[in-house]
Amino acid sequence: MSEKGMQKRKWQLTIALLIIIAITYLSAAITNFNFMDGFAAFPEAIGWMFSNLFITQESLERLPTILDKLIETIFMSIAATTTAAIVSIFLGIMGSKTTSVNSLLSVFARFIASVSRNIPVVAWALILLLSFGQNSLTGYLALFVGTVGFLTRVFIESIDEASPSAVEALTATGATYFHIVNKAVIPQSLPQMISWILFMIETNIRSSTLVGILTGTGIGYTFDMYYKSMNYNAVALVTFSIVLAVIIIELMSNYIRKVIM
Amino acid sequence: MTFLQIAGLSKSYNNETTVLKDISFNVKAGEFVSIIGPSGAGKSTLLRCINRMVSISDGEVVFDHAPITKLKKRALRQLRTDIGMVFQHYNLVPRLTVIENVLHGRLGYKSTLQGVLGRFTEEEKEHAFFLLRKLGIEEHAYKRCDQLSGGQQQRVGIARALIQNPKLILCDEPIASLDPNASKIIMDHLKSITTELEITCLINLHQVEVAQQYSDRIIGLNQGEVVFDGPNYKLTEEKINHIYGTQMRELITV
Repeated sequence: MSEKGMQKRKWQLTIALLIIIAITYLSAAITNFNFMDGFAAFPEAIGWMFSNLFITQESLERLPTILDKLIETIFMSIAATTTAAIVSIFLGIMGSKTTSVNSLLSVFARFIASVSRNIPVVAWALILLLSFGQNSLTGYLALFVGTVGFLTRVFIESIDEASPSAVEALTATGATYFHIVNKAVIPQSLPQMISWILFMIETNIRSSTLVGILTGTGIGYTFDMYYKSMNYNAVALVTFSIVLAVIIIELMSNYIRKVIM
Repeated sequence: MTFLQIAGLSKSYNNETTVLKDISFNVKAGEFVSIIGPSGAGKSTLLRCINRMVSISDGEVVFDHAPITKLKKRALRQLRTDIGMVFQHYNLVPRLTVIENVLHGRLGYKSTLQGVLGRFTEEEKEHAFFLLRKLGIEEHAYKRCDQLSGGQQQRVGIARALIQNPKLILCDEPIASLDPNASKIIMDHLKSITTELEITCLINLHQVEVAQQYSDRIIGLNQGEVVFDGPNYKLTEEKINHIYGTQMRELITV
């Protein structure tokens, strides 16, 4: 790159930065958001948190109930993810270019993935709430549908990049479609798929809290109950236990990833 | 005796880009034939028309009395078991072991269920080890393929082709990604094994010298047409220039 070109790039960077600042200011002005007021509210908010959100002896007595609900939520997330993964493997195989049977099925798989992914989990929870009512099945289904969308998409990509060359080689030996999928495609893309499934389990435990608030199930509902009855000490305990659970699960899945890769 | 007969073979994509134009030649059983030509001449497409990895636009390909152009799905699969294929980039499943990759060559003989469950007979496994020993990579049998060097991986590819008990082996630039040493090992193995087992061999090559050294017969391809077909000693400098459409010395920078 010439010296002139580098100077030009510097100018472009400066202009881009100025534009971003202008947009920030403009959007704050339009929405009547005052930065100063926002910052001024911080100390008070933090003060409230410290005076209310701490775990007391009394709230610890509720720990067994909370843990019960937490475990229920974790298992629901795992169940939703693993069942969704099974559906997604089939959709992924149908949708991938290397393994698609025909273009109609491929479009169908991609369409399902796109629809279920692009509607947020919260929206799914509310939609399903109307048809299935307030029970744990609704929460499970909301997570399931969102997970199918996401996993199908990443499975399609894993399969696409895994082994088009090995697929060609096995086709040339006269192997059948199922041989090729089972002996070339799956072995090559399985570690990546498992890694995505683990990622999705973590994500689902996080979002199941929100889904739980909406559908009245699991740890989300517990959180909501304590929150509405202004038992903030219990709320703190619930939050703490969720964070702890997510961190533990994350550490576990990181370890599993390291072993299988 | 004519073993593989190609008559008037043409291939075009979308009726626009013509890759092969009216190709005709016969190959006798047990022949070792090299196909040379510049990049984009249609060498790979020609090989893939023979086992119909690409569809044929026009013309006839008859392999061992079977009209390849007309075969239906199941018959085509059965026919492919008789044709081994070796690739430039080896096309193995990198995460699987050497022995698993070699046994993939037997899948064409299996029912879907047998293949999916991986039920291979003792003879097949012994045969696989026999081939690995022959190719000098027996000690790597339980290693993952992505731990092997290029030359070793290509030998796994050859073992996978040989375990099919093929009558014909198609090699698509088998040494194009290998260093000279590994190239020589691969070519020596291909030559000696196909001679020993009386397998016909069609091989795409970039290196004219290698083609001259190893093959009985050379076919020159340029822009989808056969421009030379004859025994290797008839391939003169003039003919080579004709195939590559330019002076040889400009092409090769050794």
